Amino acid sequence: MSDRRIRILLAKPGLDGHDRGARVLARCFRDAGFEVIYTGCHQTPEQIASAAVQEDVDVVGLSCLSGAHKYLFPQVAKLLQDEGAGDIMVIGGGIIPDQDMQALYEAGLKAIFTPGATLDSLVEWINTNVKPRA
Amino acid sequence: MKELGKKVLAGDIRAASRLIRNLEDQIPETNIAMREIFAHTGNSHVIGITGAPGAGKSTLTDELIDAYRKKDKTVGVLAVDPTSPFTGGALLGDRIRMLRHAEDKGVFVRSLATRGAMGGISKAVGEGIHVMDVLKKDKIIVETVGVGQQEVEIINHAHTVIVVLVPGMGDEIQALKAGLMEIADIFVINKADRDGAGKLYKETLNMVKMSKDMGDNGSWTIPVLLVENVLEPNKFAESVKALSDKIDEHYQYLVDNNLLSERMRRKTAAEVNEALWGNILQPVLSDLHSQGEMEKMVDKVLSRQTDPYTLAEEIASRYIKKQA
Ligand SMILES: Nc1nc2c(ncn2[C@@H]2O[C@H](COP(=O)(O)OP(=O)(O)O)[C@@H](O)[C@H]2O)c(=O)[nH]1
Ligand SMILES: [Mg+2]
Repeated sequence: MSDRRIRILLAKPGLDGHDRGARVLARCFRDAGFEVIYTGCHQTPEQIASAAVQEDVDVVGLSCLSGAHKYLFPQVAKLLQDEGAGDIMVIGGGIIPDQDMQALYEAGLKAIFTPGATLDSLVEWINTNVKPRA
Repeated sequence: MKELGKKVLAGDIRAASRLIRNLEDQIPETNIAMREIFAHTGNSHVIGITGAPGAGKSTLTDELIDAYRKKDKTVGVLAVDPTSPFTGGALLGDRIRMLRHAEDKGVFVRSLATRGAMGGISKAVGEGIHVMDVLKKDKIIVETVGVGQQEVEIINHAHTVIVVLVPGMGDEIQALKAGLMEIADIFVINKADRDGAGKLYKETLNMVKMSKDMGDNGSWTIPVLLVENVLEPNKFAESVKALSDKIDEHYQYLVDNNLLSERMRRKTAAEVNEALWGNILQPVLSDLHSQGEMEKMVDKVLSRQTDPYTLAEEIASRYIKKQA
């Protein structure tokens, strides 16, 4: 009689302080039945990784408009691996140029969503890719 | 994850957060790990913080963490927010007020959704406290949802309960009458920068005095503390430091009067009850279900061939015999 729920941590690393998009996303994920830990703007990759481990989330969702994704996204993925939490999936969103994609996937990101992606497609990706774990 | 209990005993944060997750998800094998760690629990001071949504509980918790870190204490936090009854999802927003402690190894913050539990906390809180306890957190702070006056569950889990009141909510005194009085060990008048704080302070003091006159709360006089504006960081820190001193004073009071374990009596009884249920009734029920016998029994009662009481006696004697 177990009762598994998907847990997601949302964060907005980097310097830009607009988190309206991330808030919309948080509400959308809640309505999809996920437990969402929203942590807001301006966090360092270290803070994000540490919070993700303490919260035992399935997914870390990062959004970034400031162009610093090239460093910040891979750094979160690396820190999680270092903490033995490489199974936590890191996904990213934002204005990310095509030529950066390859490097981000190689750094361990599992999915990248650009501004055209619908909210439904995000929810569907998570429902398909998060495997219930033992 | 194998050997979860052992890893938690060794202080592994990832294992601990996974164990709490398994408790929330009600994975049956979780019992194995809980059994391993139980003997090592019972050392932490558990502090409950309750009060209406928006009263400033998370902000206060954040500053309390700071106060305790300055006293060289380690801190665990279980912060509960409501699950949406419509979607089963939840927005867990308490952590956002505590971000500055994210990298401090002496602090472990875990957000929990109520998942339909009434009473202001989630079902996993009771055992989550045990997990934090094994991680050797000196202070474990439980922040309740704060939906209303039925939030008395916390009294079963915390040694020290802080009730946070704020001016301008209109129904403060109503709330006091309705039962918060019985659960509070300490009152905080939060947002003391706001209009009406002084009035609320006086009213609360009066309530405390009246209940004292009626002989409640033993020899502990419930203190009422004003906490100053969060917008003036130094003043805020100072008043929260004073709050932490009061909390410690209450703990010492419980220790000196041998009341510490008394506070946990109801929780422990509930845990024993639940374990008995899980080990005795649950297996019988699943057995009856898997044999299809449950359906047949219901049919028999429906057609009045027998009654539930006779059936229960038959089943009881059958399973109890099996045991002997
Ligand atoms: N004016 C004032 N606002 C405060 C104070 N403490 C907290 N707040 C604000 O109250 C709001 C709710 O705080 P939060 O800690 O999330 O409340 P909770 O729902 O009880 O956990 C936030 O916007 C805080 O900044 C205070 O002392 N004075
Ligand atoms: Mg809160």
